[in-house]
Order: sequence, then structure tokens, then C-alpha cells
Amino acid sequence: MQVNEYKPLIVAFCCNWCSYAGADLAGNNRLAYPADVKIIRVPCSCRVNPMFILRAFQRGADGVIICGCHPGDCHYTSGNYFTRRRMAALFSMLDFLGIEKERTRVEWVSAAEGAKFAATMNDFVQTVTALGENKRLEDLRCKK
Amino acid sequence: MQKITREQLLAKASELLSNGTVSCVLGWGLGEFDYDVTPTIFKSVEELENGFVFNDFCGANFSKYLVNKTAKLEGKILVFLKPCDTYSFNQLLTEHRFDREKVYAVGIPCEGMADIAKVKAISGDGIAAIGSNGDKLTVTTLYDDEAIVIDTNEVLAERCINCKSKKHVAYDELMGEEGDVTQSNRFDEVARLEAMTPDERFAFWQNELSRCIRCNACRDACPACTCEKCVFDNPSSGVENKSPANSFEEKLFHIIRAYHVAGRCTDCGECSRVCPQNIPLHLLNRKFIKDMNEFYGEYQAGAEVGSRAPLVSYTTEDLEPGEVFNRGENNA
Repeated sequence: MQVNEYKPLIVAFCCNWCSYAGADLAGNNRLAYPADVKIIRVPCSCRVNPMFILRAFQRGADGVIICGCHPGDCHYTSGNYFTRRRMAALFSMLDFLGIEKERTRVEWVSAAEGAKFAATMNDFVQTVTALGENKRLEDLRCKK
Repeated sequence: MQKITREQLLAKASELLSNGTVSCVLGWGLGEFDYDVTPTIFKSVEELENGFVFNDFCGANFSKYLVNKTAKLEGKILVFLKPCDTYSFNQLLTEHRFDREKVYAVGIPCEGMADIAKVKAISGDGIAAIGSNGDKLTVTTLYDDEAIVIDTNEVLAERCINCKSKKHVAYDELMGEEGDVTQSNRFDEVARLEAMTPDERFAFWQNELSRCIRCNACRDACPACTCEKCVFDNPSSGVENKSPANSFEEKLFHIIRAYHVAGRCTDCGECSRVCPQNIPLHLLNRKFIKDMNEFYGEYQAGAEVGSRAPLVSYTTEDLEPGEVFNRGENNA
């Protein structure tokens, strides 16, 4: 038995109208996804200020994923279109600074896609576990 | 060597001040040394004659000063704008940051400004005086008997070597000749970094950003940073420290700073000019500009008043965030 098996900390920002309901559906259908994923419910994926993502990394997250309604299906008509542009710019910048691009992701998950939610989370956790601990954006002051 | 002289600017400023068109002049004032030219408000012709300077170190972009000065001062302000400054001027107008009616803008030609760090690299410290003679700078130091002669082209600031435009996009009156938008290679350095491996990039930025002393000069000088309340002054933001606590802090500060002006940055290069540690901060801004040009079509902030920045607009056909990393492979 491995004693210190590495468990990543994943923060998932889920939009209230689609992805959060999708996560709920995954649970109802008894679809397993790792407990390392901590879901934060937001009214809309465009509520996610890029600062939230940096803040999550500062506080020890190893990966951050944002889930929202499919483009065109936003509850607020256009929120996720803005998210798409913002995150494209931010992720590209993080990559430019040499932070592993696999640690950040945006996925569109509708309320009917419980299976997709579970599959996405499984895949993302696997990817981040392979990368290991987030060293490049860590804040030593936040380490316990 | 500038095509326009101090005397010409002084005559223009005195004329406009005397005939009552403007009530004060925002111009470059005498600093402690010949190279630390200070933005100053002149209220009379005497003040101008005593304190007004124009030389190869007048890099300061006055656009941002207008936000504060138009709100506080009575009457019109005369401001001298170099071509790159006019982009910031337009961008601030787009954001309704100052009253256009209270400004009399005079566009002046610019042949590129000198970078004092490059001068010091050649002459050494202890600069007592810097004179200008044709295309040469004559630098007198405390330690040398003879003046050191430097070619101005050798000490041009990085942003001026890669000058994006010699064309004024906003002015009430133009002095000298109008230039054109130039073909610059300003994205070459960004492309060079993009071609590196993530580990090399991380090492590069770690090396550059670890010199940061969190003086906030880049924020204070940036014409796009004009918020009255700033996240970097908010004690509960977690990024307000006035000295970098660790490596995370440095990176975070610069990511946030660059992101806050993404899409609105006119690439005037003030951030790098004022950095006391000579960190190439403009590369972060240029990365955003380059990305947005590639993802969402060519956009130059400030080229026209009222244009919509890429991050406050969208199309239904935009690129997915995951796709941006593959574009290099697709293009190849």
C-alpha cells in the first residue's frame, strides 16, 4: 500500500444553470468522479473573475476548471461568450509565463450532460495528477 | 535628435498662453538632472522660460495627467503629444476619462527618445550633464575629463526602436510634419519567447520578475490604469503588499496588472520606461495584444475614439480557450 499517495486539489467553477445541474445529474446517476474536485457554484461562468483563478492557485489549487453552459445556451444570453474570450487571453498568458497549460481548462457542460461532467472531471484530475503539485504559482504563506 | 526644438515649442506655448487660448501648459519641466525630465504644469510665460525643457529624454506620456488635471484646474490645458501619446489620449477619451473641451492638444513629431539606462551602460554613473549635438549626445560625467559622445541611435529606447506609429491620431494643432503608421517588429521578442519551452519561459520570467520591488511605478505611469480605486491598494485583495513577499507575489502582480489593461493597452511602453529595475514589462502587454490580434482580428487600442476593445465584445464563432494552445501546431 502506498502511504503518501498524491491527491491534487482541483477547483471547479460551475455555472448555476447548466454545469452545477450537470454535476447534480452525475450524482443522481451514481456516476463516480474524484472527490479531489471542489465545486464552487457561480451564477454564470462569466462571474468568474480571472482573479478568482489566480487566487485559487495562490491558495493551493493544483488545477482550475471552469464549466459553463454551451455557447448560445447561456441563461443570461451572452455571459459565456465573454468567458470564452477572457479565459482564452488569461490561459494564453499563463502559458506565456511558463505555467503548465494543462492546469487550466474551460468545458461546456449542460444540465443534461451528467456523464460528460463525470468524464471531464475524471480526465482533468488524471491530467493534473500526472503533472503533480503546483509549484510555479504557489504562495508559501498559504502553506500550512 | 529631435526635429522640433525647445524654442519652437516654447514660442508656441507662450503664444497660446498669452492670447488666452489656454490657461496653463502641461509640459516637460527641468528635473534634478538633464535626463530626469519631469511632467510639470506651467501657468505663466516666465515659468515656461525658466523651467520648460525639450530633449531626447522627454519620454513621459502626458495623457494620463489630463485625467487629474482637467478635473482640478480651471480653463483649458495645453498639452504636447508625441504620436504614441495620442493613442493613449484617444483611449482615455473612449473611456470618458476627461473632458475633451478642456484640452488643447498640440501634436509634435518624435524621432524616438533615449533610454537613460542604455546611456549609463556606455558612460557609466556620475552623469553631470547631457548635451545634444546633431545625432550625437555629449555626456559629461564626474569621472571623465572629456565628454563622451554617443550616437542617439545606439541608445534609443526599446519602444522607439520598434515604434508602431509616427502618425498622430488626435490633435487640435500639429507642429512639424505628419508621419505614417510604421511597420514595426514589435512582436518579434514575444514570438521568440513563445517558441521556447515552458520551462525556459518560466526561467526567463522568474529571472526578470524576481527583480521587481513592487514600487507600483508601472501602474502609476500607465495611461490605461486610471481606476480611482485599485486592487493593489485594497488590503483585503491579498496582492496589496508594498514589497514582494515571495516569488508568487511578483508573478501575480504582473499578471493582474497586464490583464487589467488587456485590450485597452495602446503599447505606449511607459511601464518599461519607468521601471527602476528595467523589467521588460511591455512584453506582457504585447503578448495580450498579439494574442488578441491573432484570435479576434487586428485591433489597435486608441486608433479611433469609441472603438470596442476585444474583451468587452464577442462573436459566436470565437476560438475555444483550449484551442489557443494548438494554434501554433495548426499553423505549422
